[in-house]
Amino acid sequence: MKGSFRQSMAWLHTWSGLVFGWVLFAMFLTGTASYFRPEITRWMEPETGRPASYAQAAQGAVAYLTKTAPDAESWSITLPDERQATARLFWRPAPTPGEEAPRRRGRGDNRAVLDAATGEPVSPRDTRGGEFFYRVHFQMHYLPVLQGRWVAGLCAMFMLVAILSGVVTHKRIFKDFFTFRPRKAAQRSWLDAHNLTAVLALPFHLMITYTGLVTLMGLYMPWGVTANYKAPETYFEAMFPRAEEVERSGVAAPLANLPGVLETASEQWGGGRPWIVNVSNPGDASAVIEVTRHSGDQLAYAGGTLAFNGVTGQLISATPEPGPAVLTNRVMYGLHMGRFADPILRWVYFLCSLAGCAMVATGLVLWTVKRRAQLPDPDRPHFGFRLVERLNIGTIAGVPAGMAAMLWANRLLPVGMAGRAEWEVHSFFIAWSGMIAWACARPPRRAWVETLSAAAFLVAALPLVSAATTSRNLVSALLTGDWAMVAFDLTLLALGAALAFCALKAGAYRSAPKPRRRTRTEEAPA
Amino acid sequence: MSGRVVRAPLWQRCADVAARAVAAIGLGYLVAALAAAALARWLPAPRLEATMIGSLASFAIFAAVAMWAFAAREAWRVWAFGCLVASGLAVLIWLSLLMEPRL
Repeated sequence: MKGSFRQSMAWLHTWSGLVFGWVLFAMFLTGTASYFRPEITRWMEPETGRPASYAQAAQGAVAYLTKTAPDAESWSITLPDERQATARLFWRPAPTPGEEAPRRRGRGDNRAVLDAATGEPVSPRDTRGGEFFYRVHFQMHYLPVLQGRWVAGLCAMFMLVAILSGVVTHKRIFKDFFTFRPRKAAQRSWLDAHNLTAVLALPFHLMITYTGLVTLMGLYMPWGVTANYKAPETYFEAMFPRAEEVERSGVAAPLANLPGVLETASEQWGGGRPWIVNVSNPGDASAVIEVTRHSGDQLAYAGGTLAFNGVTGQLISATPEPGPAVLTNRVMYGLHMGRFADPILRWVYFLCSLAGCAMVATGLVLWTVKRRAQLPDPDRPHFGFRLVERLNIGTIAGVPAGMAAMLWANRLLPVGMAGRAEWEVHSFFIAWSGMIAWACARPPRRAWVETLSAAAFLVAALPLVSAATTSRNLVSALLTGDWAMVAFDLTLLALGAALAFCALKAGAYRSAPKPRRRTRTEEAPA
Repeated sequence: MSGRVVRAPLWQRCADVAARAVAAIGLGYLVAALAAAALARWLPAPRLEATMIGSLASFAIFAAVAMWAFAAREAWRVWAFGCLVASGLAVLIWLSLLMEPRL
């Protein structure tokens, strides 16, 4: 490009930010919510109870599976932790002779959800829960999964480029830490807000973007693997070593006491928590129990797996310690997922991530604010300007509104409705596109106020909707000491208030008079 | 960019941006992928480790190429130099495959 390195980087920052900005905003906001994935799932499944100890849940799970699927080829139990109220089970039935073996990951109907405390099966309403925000955050929706992941990867890659070029653009990065001029000309305030949210949490933004790419590295960058291994399976075996599969002996033998086995596993890990339990050949003399460590126990996401003799409960083998590079990969994965984070650190994650949303949003707004002053006729902007402006409004107000709409649908759709979970998801996209349509139909200033107010209402009214439609409400959560659900309702109120504040500010906003002299481009990277 | 008094015609500027964008995405990915493979082959570490280091580093390489694609003075330089680097990496990978086959 003509001009200095910094100027070309400012250009790159502006345009990569704009082109990918809307999808990035949605990815960032749904990703932010995903730090509270278990809590969102609990909220969306009001039929479920309270978290309980994993040992208690394991006992219930074994009792259920022994009754329901005694001669299965294998059982898998995902144990609850202090944030989850249910244990999730699935089993692989023994293959009938002559029939083709079912696909390894095929779960079909062989699954159950058990209450963590009682071990009784619960049937929560048909919902994707927090899982939807988590999934849509990296694989989109209405697109084949792999294509969606490539879209997310491209966006993340240009997020990385936008961050790096933004840093280059910024010559006063340290000074801007302390600069916020809310009463200065509009462009300055927006620029300051953009810089503040970006610079304050810059290490987080860089970390989350890079580690986000790393989580799907196997899809995006398989070429190192291809260069070293003829078959990907060889690589996977080296990367994820598993105990060898054993044939069923045909000799019946009772399963070892699972809570006892989990106790031993926990001791092996110095007090670590078990998470996924896999039992092959249950009820047979050849049974093996594999216990995988909780992914939130350490910074590294994969905590290792121990294999036990399924009859005697003796430890047979443990996955080997990973090398430094593999460990680095797992730590990056763990950093992105944030599951290791204790409540306070999790809130820091959440707030930094919200700052990331604000960074993307203010950057998008800045694009229009900066250009409006330079329009030949600010009352009749050209098509591109109008498009960006409307998409900004429809997305910045529309994504939170859509997320809230999904929670409304979760409470209002009839529990027995066919395709209920899918309709919850549709309501997210219906509300978002509705907001874009609204933004197109109204004058921009009014559209900002109205869409933001609507979003604020949708979010802040949720505790009331929940109280009116289910037994879950703020008072009962307070009385029973269910602090996660108390925090959930209060957070919804706070987020609603924040959106209402934005709506108020948008209403009071007066666009700056046309500056007499054009501001120098190098000062304003937008 | 706006630094010049006389601006190039619109189509020329569009073609310039398009050439750089395709280089940033396409060539950037190619160089990053080849670099990941070359590092996986040549790093003096166990195979799994070398593979991992190459893959982890590839996104930084991608970002660097993408930024350079827009920073370079002329778009053709990006393509010329980028293809040169890519073929250099390809030769390195080919040489290592001659010396030691894949697992």
